[in-house]
Amino acid sequence: MKAAAFEIVRPRDLDAARAALGREGAKAAAGWQSLGPMLNLRLARPAVVVSIAHLPELRGVSETPEGVVYGACVTHAEIEDGAAPDPTRGALPAVAAGIAYRAVRNRGTIGGSLAHADPAADWPTALAAMGAHVRVLGADGVRRVAVEDFAHGAFAPALAPDELVVGVEAPRFSASARWGWWKFCRKLGEYAEAMCGVLVDPDRGVARAAFGATDGRPLVIADASEALRDPDALAAPFAAAGLDHDPVARRLHRAAFRRAAARAGLLEDVPT
Amino acid sequence: MRPKGVGASVPRREDDRLLRGRGRFVGDIRMAGQVEIAFVRSPVAHGRLRGVRAPERFAGRVFTQADMTGVKGILARSGLKGFRVSEQPALATDKVRFAGEPVAMCVAETRAEAEDIAAEVALDIEALPANVDMLRAAAPDAPRVHDDWPDNLFLETFVDGDIERAAADAAIRVTRKLRTSRQCMAPLEGKGCVAVWDRHMEQLLLWTSTQMPHIVRSGLAECLGLEERRIRVAAPDVGGGFGWKGLLQPEEVCAAWLAMKLDRPVKWLEDRREHLVAAANCREHHYEITGYADAEGRLLALDAVAHVDAGAYSVYPFSACLEAAQVGSILPGPYDFPAFRCRTYSVCTNKPPIVPYRGVARTGVCFAMESIIDAIAREARLEPYEVRLRNLVRPEQMPFRNVTGKDFDMGDYPESVRRAVAMIGHDAVRERQKAGEPDGRRVGIGYATYCEQGAHGTSVYHGWGIPMVPGFEQCFARFTPDGGVEIRVGAQSHGQSFETTMAQVAHEILSIDPDRVSVSHGDTALSPYSTGTWGSRSAVMVGGAVATACEKLGARALRIGAHLLQAKPDEVRLEGGAVVGPGGSVSLDEVARTFYRRPQNLPADVDPDGLELTAGYRPVVDTGTFSYATHAAVVAVDGETGGVELLDYVVVEDGGVLLNPMVVDGQIYGGAVQGIGTALYEAMRYDANGQPLASTLADYTLPGAAETPPIRIAHMETPSPNTRFGQKGIGEGGAIAPPAAIVNAINDALAPLGVEIGALPATPHAILSAIAAAEAVR
Ligand SMILES: Cc1cc2nc3c(=O)[nH]c(=O)nc-3n(C[C@H](O)[C@H](O)[C@H](O)COP(=O)(O)OP(=O)(O)OC[C@H]3O[C@@H](n4cnc5c(N)ncnc54)[C@H](O)[C@@H]3O)c2cc1C
Repeated sequence: MKAAAFEIVRPRDLDAARAALGREGAKAAAGWQSLGPMLNLRLARPAVVVSIAHLPELRGVSETPEGVVYGACVTHAEIEDGAAPDPTRGALPAVAAGIAYRAVRNRGTIGGSLAHADPAADWPTALAAMGAHVRVLGADGVRRVAVEDFAHGAFAPALAPDELVVGVEAPRFSASARWGWWKFCRKLGEYAEAMCGVLVDPDRGVARAAFGATDGRPLVIADASEALRDPDALAAPFAAAGLDHDPVARRLHRAAFRRAAARAGLLEDVPT
Repeated sequence: MRPKGVGASVPRREDDRLLRGRGRFVGDIRMAGQVEIAFVRSPVAHGRLRGVRAPERFAGRVFTQADMTGVKGILARSGLKGFRVSEQPALATDKVRFAGEPVAMCVAETRAEAEDIAAEVALDIEALPANVDMLRAAAPDAPRVHDDWPDNLFLETFVDGDIERAAADAAIRVTRKLRTSRQCMAPLEGKGCVAVWDRHMEQLLLWTSTQMPHIVRSGLAECLGLEERRIRVAAPDVGGGFGWKGLLQPEEVCAAWLAMKLDRPVKWLEDRREHLVAAANCREHHYEITGYADAEGRLLALDAVAHVDAGAYSVYPFSACLEAAQVGSILPGPYDFPAFRCRTYSVCTNKPPIVPYRGVARTGVCFAMESIIDAIAREARLEPYEVRLRNLVRPEQMPFRNVTGKDFDMGDYPESVRRAVAMIGHDAVRERQKAGEPDGRRVGIGYATYCEQGAHGTSVYHGWGIPMVPGFEQCFARFTPDGGVEIRVGAQSHGQSFETTMAQVAHEILSIDPDRVSVSHGDTALSPYSTGTWGSRSAVMVGGAVATACEKLGARALRIGAHLLQAKPDEVRLEGGAVVGPGGSVSLDEVARTFYRRPQNLPADVDPDGLELTAGYRPVVDTGTFSYATHAAVVAVDGETGGVELLDYVVVEDGGVLLNPMVVDGQIYGGAVQGIGTALYEAMRYDANGQPLASTLADYTLPGAAETPPIRIAHMETPSPNTRFGQKGIGEGGAIAPPAAIVNAINDALAPLGVEIGALPATPHAILSAIAAAEAVR
């Protein structure tokens, strides 16, 4: 299929971008890697597409003692390559390197991924596990949202039509932090069927886990210390989040947790 | 044999343009004034079509079957007794019979605009319950796909071997229910065509992405009511076919009609979504099969009921029954056993028609038979390869007529097993299994052996009574005035490397350097007639035709050469691109120059037909060659995720004399990867209403480079006694055995858990479900 006709706008700056997004039927496009297929399948029918990937305000990276703020249009590849500073001691580049194929990573953006809110995408789960935040620019200025609260559900970001994701704040891991990330895909580059990120950072009092490839937004377990002692403790949160709807799903999500934790050196890597 | 002739791994001539992105495909053809089509397709699997409404402003840009006066539906009969005929209209008329069936066509300057129009066409359809389960399709209350049929069967066949006695004595009896999934063939290039009325020739020119231009012409002529001479069908580069381009499609009929109606070039390019939901479906088999064996694992009898979901219509030219009815004749595979009974059903359902896909019925058949062999091995407590060795036809039995009357030509089937066992390192794998994996995965080993009838001709096909019966294959060959050679054949290369291999054959016979040989194919205006490229027939049939034509052409050149050398005709031979006699030589260039430009120097009795001719070929025994192979797979199964990794994959095959071993390897690699797709990834699923559940490649999973292990190939070259060079058809073989070998390996790995997989593809989900189910039982 071919996309239906739409007008494409290339704004000068962020203000112009926001103004354009205020038009009827307008939609932002960053790397086009998710929007492009949806346009071609006519699943998305915007009248106006506002291309934002070139805006310097969305391409910047700034470092603070607490972490790094990535502009929304920093690409997966830039994070993978270490072209942008990494406060997570290798965690972010490793997640980036596992997204799709290089051709997709060259264009796809961190902000676009969060705004797309695909439950099987990597960033929403990985960044939620890390305790990252999203910066959203709207009529009233910039608001700051925890990544796990940024989606209402599958493909439903907590984003008004004229709002833009402008940045992502990734926290700085301390030297003793342990991070594990594992996902299961039917083939290389395919969306995951189960995924889990585990972060234990004792110096900051963090022991989190997040699960993706759910039917809705990522499942975050803010205090995962019990599950790390006994993975059976996952049964209740899985049931609450509907992750145990069949024995296969239950097994896969459990495996994801065990393997992510094992990669973090927190559980022994002996599959049962 | 000559250095660049038969048996030489000459690099592919086609690659220079194809690998640089310089091929010319249907999509690359742009004609002045061209318009494009988008089809309005049925959103439901089954329904009564009450009307098609298009907004007034699109008058003249939306067409339905009602506009196509005089255009007949596609009819693909089979002469088999009891076959029920379905007629597939180019555009649906009173009923829609599968989701995706074309109902109207919209035309505009670009495809995108045509889709804009299509989006505004309203279909008035009264939805009917859909018939989607082939096992229930014969039930009295099953919805009927064709109203005037008494049930939903295209054909039922029955091979009634007397199995009762053999069965009664059997120490081992194993029964399995096995299923292969519906698949899409997914060639890199989808289908597509450009149709234009050529006023100068008063001829319809159809560029189309096809494996069989001549057959498409015949079918199209019947539908359009045109004489065949008024149609030219030509294929440019064809980016893979695998069977999906071996048919006449309704969309081609539509484009051809519209080009004449509008008197403008009309283009239609299938997109991936159309390919997935509306078109290329294949391979949906179900078996209920019982094997009987003695305590030593020797097969005594086989009893099977096979269903094939043939979809809604019979496809032209192969019909709706080729797949299922073939099961009745090829299920026994390469084995020697005395009693066979088989009932087959070609079932009509509300799904797209199935088309024969590389390997055709063999992939399912091999999966069924080889699953039974492994089941017997487990019962008999024997190694699976041992059971194969005990049952395969032995070389000293060749030529061998099997239980269904198939005539195996030549070969050492057990040797292919022994070599595969050695190459895969069977004993080492068993040791590794005992030791266990450090990561907890389970390792398994699996085998599959098959034989593949290829290049079977008139004597086999006339019995099917389908619109096409292959007869003699022709080749046109000519020396150009400067001594080059032009070869034209009617079959169509769509990845088979004709331009390389047929030049090698010409070189083999004429001694002329292959670089001075051009090979063109397909085009009905330029080439002799052919049924096309399918059935692993081209190496044998086209290779034989090229050799025959070159021999005749060479004989004429030799006569002229002898005259120029003042030698006797029986004293000269072709060598190094020259006619060589006792006292000297004269180049073929000089011979050609003499014929065309200095006829005054020709011998008085020169053949006036000159240095160009068409010659034909058919092997004396045309029941086909039987290539065969044993595939062996080693897998590691992750019990926690259901993931399967292919650790090793070995193919030991016998294609007879290989025209070009490198090209054969390429065919095997490609086929085997498709087989891996069948085994582990590919499934075109439908819901209870007949809605396709995959419409993009995100839902229809194909294996990629990362999922493909290095495939190790060994060749046995037992010449076929029946073909020109001893070659056998191997084009499809690679795709036949992988599902059986891989699933046998998975089942070997999971045997300790009491798990056995019997349905394709063996997805992680299927494996985890089976493990969970087995645990629940325990
Ligand atoms: C073949 C393929 C495989 C893939 N596999 C994976 C995978 O395994 N894992 C994975 O995580 N992803 C995968 N992706 C998706 C990829 O990572 C995308 O890059 C990402 O999801 C979207 O980023 P984008 O910049 O391309 O966004 P776009 O496609 O440009 O936009 C996506 C959506 O977000 C909105 N949007 C974009 N930027 C902003 C912004 N700054 N503010 C507000 N709204 C915005 C758009 O309006 C649109 O609705 C795959 C994509 C493809 C094509």
